Amino acid sequence: MDRIVYLDNAATTPVDPQVVQAMLPVLTGPGGNPSSHYSIGYEAKEQIDTARAQVAAALGCLPGEVYFTGGGSEADNWAIKGTARKLARQGKKHLITSAFEHHAVVHAMQALEKDGFEVTWLPVTADGFVRPEDVAAAIRPDTALVSVMLANNEIGTIQPIQEIAAICRENKVLCHTDAVQAVGAIPVNVKELGVDMLSLSGHKFNGPKGVGALYIRRGVLPDNLIDGGGQESRRRAGTENVAGIVGLGAAIELAVGHLEEKQAHLVALRDYVIGRVLANIPETRLNGDAKNRLPGNANISFAGLEGETILLDLDMRGICASTGSACNSDSLDPSHVLLAIGLPHEAAHGTMRFSFGPQNTMEDAEYLCSVLEEVIPLRRAMSPVWKPLA
Amino acid sequence: MGMYSEKVMDHFAHPRNVGEMPDANGVGEVGNAKCGDIMRMYLKIEDGRIVDVKFMTFGCGAAIATSSMATELIKGRTIEEALGLTNKAVVEALDGLPPVKVHCSVLAEQAVKAALSDYYRRQGVDPEPIVGKLTEDCHACEGGSCGV
Repeated sequence: MDRIVYLDNAATTPVDPQVVQAMLPVLTGPGGNPSSHYSIGYEAKEQIDTARAQVAAALGCLPGEVYFTGGGSEADNWAIKGTARKLARQGKKHLITSAFEHHAVVHAMQALEKDGFEVTWLPVTADGFVRPEDVAAAIRPDTALVSVMLANNEIGTIQPIQEIAAICRENKVLCHTDAVQAVGAIPVNVKELGVDMLSLSGHKFNGPKGVGALYIRRGVLPDNLIDGGGQESRRRAGTENVAGIVGLGAAIELAVGHLEEKQAHLVALRDYVIGRVLANIPETRLNGDAKNRLPGNANISFAGLEGETILLDLDMRGICASTGSACNSDSLDPSHVLLAIGLPHEAAHGTMRFSFGPQNTMEDAEYLCSVLEEVIPLRRAMSPVWKPLA
Repeated sequence: MGMYSEKVMDHFAHPRNVGEMPDANGVGEVGNAKCGDIMRMYLKIEDGRIVDVKFMTFGCGAAIATSSMATELIKGRTIEEALGLTNKAVVEALDGLPPVKVHCSVLAEQAVKAALSDYYRRQGVDPEPIVGKLTEDCHACEGGSCGV
């Protein structure tokens, strides 16, 4: 394979060479434990403090409000389970979330349901949005937490978190947002959003994998998820992943710099692909609102086809993408996100997500379109459910 | 190394015997679009022998590869030989399938049997004593995981 066109940046991103440069001295240096009381321990502690300041600057919060975790999923689990368990002691055992959250949120909520918590799963609109009025209507006196994602990981739609957080504030209910897809892709300021907690993940913005962070507004105190030593102000135990944290700090600083230019670049690629595919390939549809979506996200259904075949055809031509089809997972159900916006199973099976990153070029977008224009008709010709328009 | 063997990828990239057959005398369709797999098999049977076979498949890579391999395994064979086709034989001929994709080979076996049943029905013969009962639908999908 001489050419790889990586269009799955919502799954993960390549580590920026400048991030690698920032991490290298940590990996090759003396490597003291940040909790140790001698010079190389202090040095490691300072490296973490620098990264914490970088994250705080990017999010518009205090460094003391940033807690490093082992990734976005841990941050989500901590925010949700930690808040639920704490507030259950005050008799609050009701949680609100949406029907199309990331599995880290869905499964954390379901785990709490097994423990006797009640969860309201808010429906979403056909164009991919949670309605703030639905949040308001679902809040009860025993509601502990509202958790709605900032941007959907499959269809890219950007949720009205500012409004949802304001409703939570009026009702004295805590508000968490999973911003894993949003940080580095759109401006994210926790004070402007008004949320109490926000999850992010390093590898989604050209940082390393296995490291994330949870913003916790000062004064908000979810129970710990991981008990042990006194790291992270006694709130997240375990010797710190110093190199990962340093990498995350460097990556977030790079990601939020020149954000407007990067967004414009991604929007150009995204809109080129959406426009050309919808114009040149019949019976295709864009999932999620065309405008209010992540700059790099194009999610398109191809009638009469199953996504895995498209995935394999693209892979044979060096293109990496992902599908909402069941055949790409261990379950046989298609994506819960696509079902939540009302797609029938058949359409959900034939859905592809193309997610662009700063490294992608217009040439990549053109190549994707020409490959799709070649393979879609070929596969449709062997599909018993494809009925070409007369 | 991908999830599929080279043989599966070969049959996926270059499926054998694809297409429709207007003069088929046995046509069977199994699966459903909700589950993401539909296979339609066309047979032309003369003097108890399958002289031609074609397929149309909506489904994943394994669904296309198993359909393609099943047609190869029965083309030119007698009805009796085709009735003896098992999903295991299809899997082996493809050098294996990932466990979650084994149901595709079951569908391929069922598609052949559905087409043979249709052939018998057209001859005025009750197929059930010969072909057996078919699971033309992937009922297990209702439960969320396909256990066919």
